[in-house]
Amino acid sequence: MDARRVSQVVPKVRQVGFVTHSDPNPPPQASRTQSVPIESNSGTPYDSPDFSPVMIPPPRHHSENLSHLRSAAVAVPESSSRRPMWDDRVAVVGSYNPGNSLLGQPVSPNSSEVNSEASTTLGWFGRNSSGKFSAGSSFPGGGFDLTTVKMENFTQLEGKKPEAVPGKGGGGGVEVNNRESSSNTLKAKTTKAERRETQEAQRAAKAAGKAQGNKPVAAAGGAGPSNILRQPSQNRDDPAVGSTIAGSDRRGGDRPPERERKKDVPPPRMQFDDQGRVNKSKKRAVFNQPEAKNRVELFRHLPQYEHGSQLTDLESKFLELDSMHPAVYKVGVQYLAGDVTGGNARCIAMLRAFQEVINDYSTPPGKTLVRDLTAKISSYVSFLIECRPLSMSMGNAIRFQKSRIAKLPLTLSETEAKAALCNDIDRFINEKIILADKVIVRHAATKVRDGDVLLTYGSSCVVEMILLYAHELGKQFRVVVVDSRPKHEGQALLRRLLAKGLSCTYTHINAVSYIMHEVTRVFLGASSVLSNGTTYSRVGTACVAMVAHAFRVPVLICCEAYKFHERVQLDSICSNELGDSNDIARVPGRPDVNSMDNRTNEKNLQFLNLMYDATPSEYVSMIITDYGMVSHIDKKCSFFFLAFLVVC
Amino acid sequence: MDFQVVVLAGGTSKKLVPLVSKEVPKALLPVANRPVLSYVLEQLELSNIKDLIVVVEGADAALCVGGWISAAYVDRLHVEVATVPEDVGTAGALRAIAHHLTAKDVLVVSGDLVSDVPPGAVTAAHRRHDAVVTAMICSVPVSGLSEAGSSGAKDKTKKPGRYNIIGMDPTKQFLLHIATGAELEKDTRIRKSILRAVGQMDIRADLMDAHMYAFNRSVLQEVLDQKDKFQSLKQDVLPYLVRSQLKSEILINGAPQGQQAKENGNDKVSYRILANASTPSFHELYALGPNGSAPVRRTHKCCVYIASNSKYCVRLNSIQAFMDINRDVIGEANHLSGYNFSAQNNIIHPSAELGSKTTVGPHCMLGEGSQMGDKCSVKRSVIGRHCRIGSNVKVVNSVVMNHVTIGDGCSIQGSVICSNAQLQERVALKDCQVGLGYVVSAGCEYKGESLARKEK
Repeated sequence: MDARRVSQVVPKVRQVGFVTHSDPNPPPQASRTQSVPIESNSGTPYDSPDFSPVMIPPPRHHSENLSHLRSAAVAVPESSSRRPMWDDRVAVVGSYNPGNSLLGQPVSPNSSEVNSEASTTLGWFGRNSSGKFSAGSSFPGGGFDLTTVKMENFTQLEGKKPEAVPGKGGGGGVEVNNRESSSNTLKAKTTKAERRETQEAQRAAKAAGKAQGNKPVAAAGGAGPSNILRQPSQNRDDPAVGSTIAGSDRRGGDRPPERERKKDVPPPRMQFDDQGRVNKSKKRAVFNQPEAKNRVELFRHLPQYEHGSQLTDLESKFLELDSMHPAVYKVGVQYLAGDVTGGNARCIAMLRAFQEVINDYSTPPGKTLVRDLTAKISSYVSFLIECRPLSMSMGNAIRFQKSRIAKLPLTLSETEAKAALCNDIDRFINEKIILADKVIVRHAATKVRDGDVLLTYGSSCVVEMILLYAHELGKQFRVVVVDSRPKHEGQALLRRLLAKGLSCTYTHINAVSYIMHEVTRVFLGASSVLSNGTTYSRVGTACVAMVAHAFRVPVLICCEAYKFHERVQLDSICSNELGDSNDIARVPGRPDVNSMDNRTNEKNLQFLNLMYDATPSEYVSMIITDYGMVSHIDKKCSFFFLAFLVVC
Repeated sequence: MDFQVVVLAGGTSKKLVPLVSKEVPKALLPVANRPVLSYVLEQLELSNIKDLIVVVEGADAALCVGGWISAAYVDRLHVEVATVPEDVGTAGALRAIAHHLTAKDVLVVSGDLVSDVPPGAVTAAHRRHDAVVTAMICSVPVSGLSEAGSSGAKDKTKKPGRYNIIGMDPTKQFLLHIATGAELEKDTRIRKSILRAVGQMDIRADLMDAHMYAFNRSVLQEVLDQKDKFQSLKQDVLPYLVRSQLKSEILINGAPQGQQAKENGNDKVSYRILANASTPSFHELYALGPNGSAPVRRTHKCCVYIASNSKYCVRLNSIQAFMDINRDVIGEANHLSGYNFSAQNNIIHPSAELGSKTTVGPHCMLGEGSQMGDKCSVKRSVIGRHCRIGSNVKVVNSVVMNHVTIGDGCSIQGSVICSNAQLQERVALKDCQVGLGYVVSAGCEYKGESLARKEK
């Protein structure tokens, strides 16, 4: 969570990429990455200058944040026509407004079937998230005097901490002041828990400040969120107040939720240019990973290891890792060796391994299943991270897994609990991945027409399913598979497509601008879709999307909803993955051009093998998820919705 | 980790006569004054393996080995010593202890392996690919196959000895062909189907099978049950598995293919996602039907783990190897011996007594309680415990075991002298082996002979 880290008071933060300063006017680059084009977003709440591009995603379980965001989303000008749809989505998911989809196609005849399928999916969802949505959807749509609410909040704030500057630029102001105040408290007492608490408080205060900034706009939009908004906003102020009062009463009431939140918030991602932390984590590490010597300056904060030696080192430790479950170990080795790649496959492999872990698990005496199993899974996860950084979808799956463990009723016996957990994993795989893929395929197949030329990049399993399904439906189309070095993932896709009798064109990404002339649709997979609409995907995706955009070819991203993430990312620098530099230094099968071989440790040569890139949402025409298709216009609001829907 | 370890300690190997006898089975031959079996056990202990089965051929040998293990590893390892009749071969030995094997995979290690390759590496490679068998191969020791090192140097026209002919796929992960023993003399035949499926095969003659295998237990047992003629793992079972890898006749229970995919639609999809995402090995490609439909052919994988050249890995299966290992363990590969070397790069036990003007060179070892007379010289040799060596004795490149008495004026080069042997005055030995308790009478000179008592 880089964005989060940046905002914290940790002094050693390395600020990479676009960083918002307390300066109320965001730098000009930031506005470029806002995904709605400048000229079109005059009515949305997002172009107000104080909406910082590096937004801190609010803590999940704060329903007030959710309702706030939701209400802000509804406040988009055309919301009056869409509000019913929102409610629809909550009730019957999978429906989508055909008028909104860019291509304007009628709903396909089998969409009702899809709906029923998807709604079973959601039924499960709803159990967790019903609280939030009922809160969100219950407010009356009537005109509301929001200004009073706002004023009340302001007076509250001003009464308790006069230094907070409300209104525009409030976010920055609050943050700065909190830094000062917190540094005072830090000097006073420095127990870990308290420091943590102040951080949490700042975070909450910041969220409050942001809400202040956005609220007037929401009011201007017309549809006013009401008492729901007001009541939680008071809640929200509480921790902030606690921090400024430098609390004698802090040990009291608001401790339990704090702790809860602590559990919920993932720890900040490690910055690998922070030598102290790296050394510390090396001590914990399961196996020895020599770090690559020459790293590109801009990407020093990402882990980069000397590939090759890791595997042998890990392999030699196989029998020594007593605590490691063989299934987890196997998955780890497969990640490390690159035997399993692709978001869905990695996620399924991991969950299946966890299933075996749970099956073989027995609670040690003197411990409880809930705590011990959670700790165990955490240790396995950190091992898997060592092998390869997790994808965001895996993060979601792990979070789900842990929440299921935490929510186990204490009355269950061990066998029952284990069965329930295994069942949960099965359901996660079936409903969030497999069924989701099916729904996406149905949706997307409606977008394939006879005579189309479909372009895809790399190898995405859901895009492959779409192509095969459309082919089965008897549609006449042609496929262009665009591929790139060094992985050549497209070749495997190409082989499978050809085996099914599709007519294909294979080309490399260098030629994408030539082939784009004849393409009518671009289907792309995604590793993750972030809440600002950025698509995080295999490197090269952004390039293809931009070329397609320039040629006015619609770009459709296919992504299961479990891959949505609440994080906001503006570039692919702050969080990315670095691959083996030997992969790009070496050309397989061409010994004559391997002059770069054995030069990976040369001092004045640095290799950069990025694995992912971020596609800004303005280059994406539509995102197809299992909850429906989200087109360009309403993407903004939907992402928040989806991101929160997913993380429950 | 769900691995069981079986150490095949063998019995009294014929190849090693006269070094081995009823009292000293092969497993207890001293390498740097430690039984060779201890090197394997220690390596396993380092890898955190506490439970293992040691299989010994012959009741007498088993008694010796069992006695030694229980004395040496009493509270460190949990070792089960199983006795099998002599001459059943390695496959027969495993067949005999089949009912002890319960884990998912079995690691079979030869007891005469002196190596610092972590066994974990083999098992990890095995697990990673879900292989039925993973064999560790290492590079051929420099001295080659020839029995006596000196003769090889003179006879330059002779081809270097081959242990195995090993075929691998280009990624060096899968074993495609292995020829051992008698097959080496014949022309090599390679399966066309395998070659076609892989496309490219690396054939190496400079590698040898180190006799450390990880087997899938159920497959191993099935093969042993079905093919009751199979005698040796190395010459029968492994080549059979390698040969039949593309038209597998064995039922792998818990096979990733087939059964799982049939269960229901959703599992099938998730299986397909997994399969598509992973880079398929040639096995999977071959198994696929003509148009990429469900797998129609059954295959299994045979993997290899190639020990890197920096690791030491030699089997003690000939007298030459015994000499080489003894020299290496106190020489180049001295980290294996577990002793602390002195500044002169040798080990002299504090209780050993040296006469005046006696020199012990580097890469030497002198055991506990040994006595040496005046003006002796020892070079690159191992001398065991409680030996009594007279004056003016030269010991070069030799192994002298325990309780040996050597008279004045002897010269010993490139020889092995077993325990309790007695060399009277002025004996000159070159490239000889002196058996247990043999007495060499005074003034004799031998060259390249094997001297042993007649078995009663």
